[in-house]
Amino acid sequence: MKQLFLMGLMLISLGVSAQSEGYKVGDVVKDFALKNVDNKTVSMADYKDAKGFIVVFTCNTCPVAQAYQARVAELNSSFAAKGYPVIAINPNDAGAVPAESFEKMQALAAEKKFNFPYLLDPGHVVTKQFGATRTPHVFLLNKTNKGNVVEYIGAIDNDPEEANATKIEYVKNAINELSTGKKPTVTATKAVGCTIKWKKG
Amino acid sequence: MTKNNKTNLFIFRYLSMRIFFLICLSLISYSVSAQVKLLTLDELDKRLAAGKDTTYVVNFWATWCSPCVAELPNFEKLRLSNLKKPVKVLLVSLDFKSKLQKEVIPFVAKNQVRAEVFLLNEPDQQKYIERIDPKWTGAIPATLFVKQKTRRFYEQEFTEKQLENTLLNFK
Repeated sequence: MKQLFLMGLMLISLGVSAQSEGYKVGDVVKDFALKNVDNKTVSMADYKDAKGFIVVFTCNTCPVAQAYQARVAELNSSFAAKGYPVIAINPNDAGAVPAESFEKMQALAAEKKFNFPYLLDPGHVVTKQFGATRTPHVFLLNKTNKGNVVEYIGAIDNDPEEANATKIEYVKNAINELSTGKKPTVTATKAVGCTIKWKKG
Repeated sequence: MTKNNKTNLFIFRYLSMRIFFLICLSLISYSVSAQVKLLTLDELDKRLAAGKDTTYVVNFWATWCSPCVAELPNFEKLRLSNLKKPVKVLLVSLDFKSKLQKEVIPFVAKNQVRAEVFLLNEPDQQKYIERIDPKWTGAIPATLFVKQKTRRFYEQEFTEKQLENTLLNFK
């Protein structure tokens, strides 16, 4: 009886830890409905012709995210027409960092002429579902009969400061492989980024 | 003869002035570069290996990382309370190299950081994150305790007490 109880406890804790860690490569992603900087709600289901998505957790204030802003826009310019649009989500709480507010997101999107949606995630619901831990943090999804499947998690490239002579563009390479019906060679990378500014209390 | 002496004296003065200038110049550049040095992982490994009985507490941080900046005083306290023991605190910044002069050095000066500060001179994150510790996701703050072959890596923030206890229990 005691053993059974312990096993049950272990199962529960396993379930909890798996859930809190977010999506892994191969998982099917649940759709979301989040408010964009133009006040309209964006869901993946809105994109009828998409073959997949480049979901980027990014924000207003992180210097690493700022260094990647132009590269995120470039990814959208290159791949939206090919069926892989960028959806950017700000995982940070404006209560923790005022400069992460919706108004500041709107200002940034206008100033930098974002050609992709930049969504607010109140209460970090979608951020936690994905298991995003930093900005910038990319999840590349591929649309299948089962739904949108995670194919790659990690960095955009291995060159945040644009100073690496042996630059590898992970997201671009992964999409190019997916477009030709292959699985990405690199499915996960690590990167230094800013931690997510969670709601306090 | 007198003329010769005068010329000699002149040359001597000229040379001593030049030497004085050179010393001044090197002092100035030393005080600037002494604050934050660039450091490759090979250099770090060499330093750690040379440490014999020294325990190194290597903190990875950045000026833009607010939890890192918040815990820096705890590393200063750890350094101060272990001055007479074989303990060395090394602060390794992951700021961009281009920010060394504009951000990192002014930050170190303004906050009067007394521990040794470095800026990591490695272009490829995939390589250095894995090399520092395979478990590391790249999130900072992160801290590595090293004594010869013993290494413990922590991807977390530290309070003053936690740092003390981790050092005490480090074997």
